[in-house]
Amino acid sequence: MSTASETARSVSRPVSRTVRLRRSPVGRFLWKVPFWTLIALIFIYALFPFYWALRSAFTPDPALFETPIQYIPHHPTLQHFRDVLSSDFFRRALLNSTIVAGSVTLISLTIGSVAAYALGRFRFRGKSPVLYLMLSMTIFPQIAILGALYTMFSGFHIVGPIDFPKLYDTEWALIFSYLIFTLPFTIWVLTGFMRALPADLEEAAYVDGATPLQVFYKVLLPLIAPGLVTTGLLAFIAAWNEYLFALSFIQSPGKYTVPVAITSFTGASGNAFQTPWGQLMAATVVVTVPLIVATLLLQKRILAGLTAGAVKG
Amino acid sequence: MKHRRLLVLAGVVGAVALVTSLSVAAASSDKPARTHQAGAIAAPKVPNAAAIKKKYGGQKITFVGDSVGNGHVRDLALAKRFTKDTGIKVSVTPHPAASDAAYSQLARAFSSKSSSIDVAMIDVVWPGAFAPYLVDLKPKLGKQSKLHAAGIVQNDTIGGKLVAMPWFGDYGILYYRTDLLKKYGYSAPPKTWGDLFKMAKKIQDGEQKSNPNFAGFVFQGNSYEGLTCNALEWIASAGGGHMIDNGKATINNAKAATILDAIRAQVGKTTPRGVTSYQEDQTEHAFDAGDAAFARNWPYQYGIGATAGSKVKGKFSVTTLPHGAAGKPVGTVGGWQLAVSKYSKHKDATIEFVRYMTSPAVEKFDAITNSNVPTIPSVAKDKAVVKANPYLKPAIASVARVTRPAKFLKTHYNEASKVIYQGINQILNGTPAKNILPGVQSKLNQILKQK
Amino acid sequence: MSSVATPAPAPRRRRRRRTKLQRRQTRLAWLLLIPALAVVALVAIYPLGKTVYQSFTNQQFLAGITPTKWVGLDNYHQIWHDPAWKHAIILTLKFTVITVSFEFVLGLIIALVVNSSFKGRGVMRAVMLVPWAIPTVVAAQMWKWMLDDTFGVVNDLGVRAHVLSHSHAWISDPSTSLGAVAAVDIWKTTPFVALLLLAGLQVIPTDLYEAADVDGASKLQQFWRITLPLLKPAILVTLIFRTLDALRVFDVFYVFFGNRLDTQTMAIYIQSTIIGDGNVGLGAAASVFMFLIIALFVVIYVTFMRVNEE
Repeated sequence: MSTASETARSVSRPVSRTVRLRRSPVGRFLWKVPFWTLIALIFIYALFPFYWALRSAFTPDPALFETPIQYIPHHPTLQHFRDVLSSDFFRRALLNSTIVAGSVTLISLTIGSVAAYALGRFRFRGKSPVLYLMLSMTIFPQIAILGALYTMFSGFHIVGPIDFPKLYDTEWALIFSYLIFTLPFTIWVLTGFMRALPADLEEAAYVDGATPLQVFYKVLLPLIAPGLVTTGLLAFIAAWNEYLFALSFIQSPGKYTVPVAITSFTGASGNAFQTPWGQLMAATVVVTVPLIVATLLLQKRILAGLTAGAVKG
Repeated sequence: MKHRRLLVLAGVVGAVALVTSLSVAAASSDKPARTHQAGAIAAPKVPNAAAIKKKYGGQKITFVGDSVGNGHVRDLALAKRFTKDTGIKVSVTPHPAASDAAYSQLARAFSSKSSSIDVAMIDVVWPGAFAPYLVDLKPKLGKQSKLHAAGIVQNDTIGGKLVAMPWFGDYGILYYRTDLLKKYGYSAPPKTWGDLFKMAKKIQDGEQKSNPNFAGFVFQGNSYEGLTCNALEWIASAGGGHMIDNGKATINNAKAATILDAIRAQVGKTTPRGVTSYQEDQTEHAFDAGDAAFARNWPYQYGIGATAGSKVKGKFSVTTLPHGAAGKPVGTVGGWQLAVSKYSKHKDATIEFVRYMTSPAVEKFDAITNSNVPTIPSVAKDKAVVKANPYLKPAIASVARVTRPAKFLKTHYNEASKVIYQGINQILNGTPAKNILPGVQSKLNQILKQK
Repeated sequence: MSSVATPAPAPRRRRRRRTKLQRRQTRLAWLLLIPALAVVALVAIYPLGKTVYQSFTNQQFLAGITPTKWVGLDNYHQIWHDPAWKHAIILTLKFTVITVSFEFVLGLIIALVVNSSFKGRGVMRAVMLVPWAIPTVVAAQMWKWMLDDTFGVVNDLGVRAHVLSHSHAWISDPSTSLGAVAAVDIWKTTPFVALLLLAGLQVIPTDLYEAADVDGASKLQQFWRITLPLLKPAILVTLIFRTLDALRVFDVFYVFFGNRLDTQTMAIYIQSTIIGDGNVGLGAAASVFMFLIIALFVVIYVTFMRVNEE
C-alpha cells in the first residue's frame, strides 16, 4: 500500500486507535508473538510423535522400554536402519506400494477429473444422483465388503466366454479396491473446483474452435491444478497406508505392501509375540521421509491458487 | 504450465530416487533375518528318503507355514532339505502375522474347497473348527503321534480322528527376579498365589522408592485370546475347573470367583492399572526393563532377557506358575500343529512331509535354532536342547498342561473365547466376579448348544 | 465433432439450438462419466448386493459344512435386540461428534495459518502432513506405547511438567478410553481436513482481501464476511467425508482395545461378528443397518447443502 493512499485515507476517514496500535512497530511485534507461538504449537503437535519414532529408531532394543525414558538415546545405533533396509522383503514392499499407490492415484485423477468436468461444467439432468452415487461408495465399512470382494477377486464366470479374472494375490486386486475410497472424494473435490471456475471460461475457447476435450485438457485442467495435486497427494497417501485389503488380498510375501510388511517384522526371538519396535520405528522413518520430501517439492504446486491472471485473462 | 508439470515430475522422480538409493545402499549388506545365537545346526536328513522318492518324487505341495521371520527361515531350510532328499517339491507360504488373519486365510481356503493348500500350520485351538476339512492322520502317523505329549495329541483328536500332528508347544510360566528375591529375604519363588501377592507387595514397596515405575506382578490382561490363557491358568490352578468341563460350562463357581477377585484386587496395587491393555509384548517390556518382580509369559521371553545388553541378564529365572490353596500348578498350552487339507491333491506325499516335520530330529533342530518348545518329551530332555532352552528344566517341563476348551466348541471357539475374555477383562477393570461369571456361563452354554 | 461454437444467435433460433446443444452436451457428459460409473458398478454394487442378500441368510464364515439357508428377518431381529449393537451405535456417534468438531476447528486454524505468507511457509506445509503420512496401524501402535502408564512418554512429560499428578492408564481406564482414542484420531486426520480447507482457501482471490483492507475492515470481519462464506463448499465437502470416515472407524480402536466390550464401534462389532464369531449373515445384517445410519447422515448433509445453495 503506497503512502499516498494511506495519507489520503487518513485525511478522508479517521483511523481508529486499535488500527493505529496494530500498525505501530510495537503492535506488529505483539501480533507476531501469538502467531509464532501458534506455529510452534502446530509444529510440536504434528511432529512430536515423529520425533519419538526417530529417537526410537536410533535406540538399541534393550533400552527402548527402559525407565526413566531416554529422550535422546544414550547409545544411538544404526542397527535398526541396517536391518530394515537390508531386508529384501521390505525393499520389495516399498516398490509394490509405490506401484499400487501410484497407479491408484493416476487412475483416480484421470477418471475423477473427467467425471468432474462432466459434473462441473455441463448442464444435464441426473448430476446430483450421480454425485450421491459416488458418495455412496464411501458409506461401506471395509469389513462389510471384504468377503464379497474376496469372492469377486477369486475369479468368477460372468456370461458366455467372459470370465472375471482371478485377481487375488495381484496388485490389481488392490488397485481396484482402493478406487472405492479414492474415487469419491477425488470426484467431489474436483467437481467443486470445476464449479468454482468462471462460467464463461470455455466460451472464449469455443469461439476459437476448440473441441470440448481440448477445452478440458488445455484450459480447465491447468486451472484446477491445486485441486489435482491435493487430491492426488491425499489419494496416494491413503492408498499407501491402507492395511486391511492389503492384508486380505495378498498372500505371497513378495507382493506385500508397506503396511503389511512393517507389521510382519519379527524381533530377534523370531517369535510372533515380539514386536520389533526398533525396526518398526526405523521403517516408519524410512517410509515417511520420502513422502515429506515429495511434499516439500510439490508444496508450491499444492497451493498455487487461482491467480488474478486466470480470471482476468 | 510447462514449468508446473516439470516440477511435479521432478518431485515424484526425486522421491522415488531417494527410496531407491536408500535401498541400493543397503543392498550390499543383504543378510538374512537374524537367527538365534545358539549353535546353528543343519536340517536333519529325511529317514527312508529313497522309498519316498520312488513313490512320490516329483509331486508339488504347498505348505502354509510360520510368518515372515525366523520361523519362515526355518521352514525354508526344512523344506529345502526335504525336497533335496525326496524330490517332492515343497513351496512355503508364510501365514499372516496376525492370528485373526491367519485363521481367515485358512477358513476361506477350506470354505472354497480349494486345493491350493496341502498342509498348514494351525493354532492349538483350531483343530475343532477345521476338523471337517482335515485328513485323519491316525492310520499313517498314529504310531509317531505316540511320541508326542499325550495332552496335545488328545487336543488334536476330534471325534476319534487325529486331525493334526503336534509340532511345537508353548505353555505359561512364571518369570521372577532372583536378585530381588534375595534382596528382600526370600529363598525361593512363591508357590501359591497368596505368596506371590505378598512377595510382590514387599518388593514393590521397596523398589518404588528408587524406581516409581516398578510393579510387583505383570501378565496379559488385554481383551484378547491371551487373557483366556491367563485366566485358565488362574482358575485351573485354584481348583476351579477348566471353564468348560465335559461339554458343560463350569466357569461360574466359588473357587473361580475367589481367584479372579484376588487378581482384580491387585490391579492398581501390585499390578499396573494399565495391565488390562497388556499383551505379551508389554509384559516382556516391563520385566526386561527391570520394572517388574514377577511376570507370567510364554517361554519366548527367556531368550530376550538373556541376550547381551538386557537389563535383567543373569538376574532372573523361571518356574511353574503359582497355584491356589486347593490346586496345583498348571500352564496353558499354546503352540502349533500341522494339518493336511482333505482337498489336497497329493495327500500321501503331504503326509510324508508331516511325518518328517514332526519327527524327533526336526523337533530338536527347531528347539535349538528357534527356541521352540518341542512337543516330544524325550526331545525336551535332550542335553543340547536344554542347553539352548534353560526353561526346559524338568520341574517346568513336566508341569500339568491345561488346554482351552476348543474341543467342545468346534467352529464356535472364537465366539466363546470372546465371551470369556471380555468378561474377565471387565472383572479386571473393577467389576466383582460374581456379577460377571453367571452371565458368562449362560452365554457359553448357549454357544455349546449350537451345532 | 463439428464446432459447437457460434456467435449468439437470435432469440427464436437460440431456443432450438440450445436444445440441440443441450442434447449433445448431455451425451458427452454421460460419455465422460462412463469410467467412473463402471468402477462404481464393479466394486460397489456387487459387494453391496451380496451383503444385502447375505443378511437374509445364516451364512457362516467357515461355510461348506453347515448349509446356508434363508432366514428372513431373523438376523435383523437379533441385531435390533442386541444391547452391544446399540452401545456400538452410541459410541460411534459420540466419537464422530467429538473428532469431527475438533478436527474441523484445528484444521481450519492450521489452514489459515499455513495460508498466510511468512518465512518457512513451505516447511510448515510439509510438516503438517506428517501425521497423515504415517501408516495408521503404525501410528496407532506408537500412540498406544506413548500413552502407556509405565513407559509412556505422555505420562512422563505430564508428570515432569506437573500437569499430571501421576501416571494415568489412559487406554485401560474406561473413563478416559474414548478421549484417548479420539485424541489420536484427531492428531492423525487433522492434516486431511487442513489440506482440503487449504485448497479451498487458495481458491479465494486475494484481491477481495485487498479491497476489504482498503475499506478498513478488520481481519476478523474479513474472516466472517469473506473467508467463511467462500469456504462453505470446501467445508461441506470436508465435513461429509470426515463424518463418513469417523462413522466407519476401525483401525485405531482395534489396535488400542482389541475386542473390549465397552469400546466397540459399529465396524468393530461387525468385524467381530463376521471373523471372530464366524457369523457372516448376522454381520451382513449389521452392515446393512450401518449403511442406513451412514446414509441418514448423508441425507442430513445433502439437505443442508441444498438449503445453503438457495
